[in-house]
Amino acid sequence: MSTAIPRPGPLPGTLQVRDGQLRHLLTIEGLGRPLLEQILDNAESFASLNEQGVKKVPLLRGKTIANLFFEPSTRTRTTFELAAKRLSADVMNLTMSASSTTKGETLLDTLRNLEAMQCDLFIVRHAEAGAAHFIARHVAPNIAVVNAGDGRHAHPTQALLDMFTIRRHKGDLSSLRVAVVGDVLHSRVARSDIHALNTLATGEVRVIGPRTLLPAGVEQLGVQVYHDMDKGLRDVDVVMMLRLQRERMHGAFIPSEHEYFQRYGLTEERLALAAPDAIVMHPGPANRGVEITSEVADGPRSVILEQVTYGLSVRMAVMAMVMGVKDAFDT
Amino acid sequence: MTETTTLPAVAPLLDALATRLHAELTAAPEAALLVGIHTGGAWLAAALHRRLDLPVPLGTLDVSYYRDDLAQGGLRPRQQPSALPGGVDGKTVWLIDDVLHTGRTVRAALNELFDFGRPARVRLLVLVDRGGHELPIRADLVGTRVDALPAQRRVRLHGPDPLHLELGDGRSMRAGDTR
Repeated sequence: MSTAIPRPGPLPGTLQVRDGQLRHLLTIEGLGRPLLEQILDNAESFASLNEQGVKKVPLLRGKTIANLFFEPSTRTRTTFELAAKRLSADVMNLTMSASSTTKGETLLDTLRNLEAMQCDLFIVRHAEAGAAHFIARHVAPNIAVVNAGDGRHAHPTQALLDMFTIRRHKGDLSSLRVAVVGDVLHSRVARSDIHALNTLATGEVRVIGPRTLLPAGVEQLGVQVYHDMDKGLRDVDVVMMLRLQRERMHGAFIPSEHEYFQRYGLTEERLALAAPDAIVMHPGPANRGVEITSEVADGPRSVILEQVTYGLSVRMAVMAMVMGVKDAFDT
Repeated sequence: MTETTTLPAVAPLLDALATRLHAELTAAPEAALLVGIHTGGAWLAAALHRRLDLPVPLGTLDVSYYRDDLAQGGLRPRQQPSALPGGVDGKTVWLIDDVLHTGRTVRAALNELFDFGRPARVRLLVLVDRGGHELPIRADLVGTRVDALPAQRRVRLHGPDPLHLELGDGRSMRAGDTR
């Protein structure tokens, strides 16, 4: 009998954090503010390093990191790979067909093989929500797991790099208004961002989108809900745009790309409703002319490329932290 | 030997070290670079730099990413960026640290330094040499030597102003010879 990957439920607190230290990074949920801030502080140090002439340090020399990508994502994989290389780790990139490993048993088989290759850290990207948890629960105790995106569930390093970008531009989050715009329903980025924003005690978090693209009961996440873009954008300090997946454009979720752009596309005119020094973020790659205009995406308030740069520092911090947990090496 | 329980005042040690360092540097101060190792060493380097009154550039090194004990101690938050003004190529680099114990911090500093270039020579100045070396590393200038301390006792430099030395039990140590 095959074991399907279970849906992520409430996590046992000890799975991600042990003695206050980050053991695995699977989701933002359950991570306290001090730990999030510690990750961001460490990322700050790595950001300074990435600005130096010599960007590589020997911190993870001799460690082997496996990028397990069951779902393709060149950009995320590349940043994890480069982050690992800047820490002097050896990196293996494994692109695996999701269909053949969706069932738990096959996945476990793959894990056992990778364990036998003496890997120290798995970076996991999977189309199924809960895949990274499943792996974290089943790996050998000396192996750490970082979730690089699982289904609609979580994308914690993206959320952390988003928080890092906001913090670098705006400092303290407690006085900020932040709007998350677009397809919140299908977005693991939005889910993780909202949890991170709430954990860091952001002044006000808004979600803006059509009813069909907002999850039922989204208010319970502690956000203000807007279906009108112009109202939702008013006076916000940060606009976090989400990518509209192509399959949603042709499904029943929105009437048409054109109409979506009319109602929810971020244009210069709309951005003028936000605070004068508001920043514009996007997890990329952006659908120009669908959720955002090129003018805005490439404009002076866009920090989209900075997000990519900071993604490197945040991933270095996370990798170094999960590899530095003493208990993980006591076996 | 008996265990040392008191440590000398820092200011006279600094004055003496500054005098000796001044003598070393006067010939060609522009070909030298003072580099303090975070955190205690950086305080010390700044204090020496003020006393020297010579045009020697002052840099700092944070060796956290070059440590060999990540699995034992985890990643320490708030690393400081290393800054080596003017680079290290062809220079006489004076590495400055508060406490020389195992020598692993100095080893890490040497590794990091050479990632930035090729110094003509590297010399080491420490405020306290407390023994217990685990590597063939010796300081060229030493403020004071403290012998016969059990390994778990820690010598810690408090600072940055005023600087003073303290003996601890190894817990809640920040600057000092934790490595």
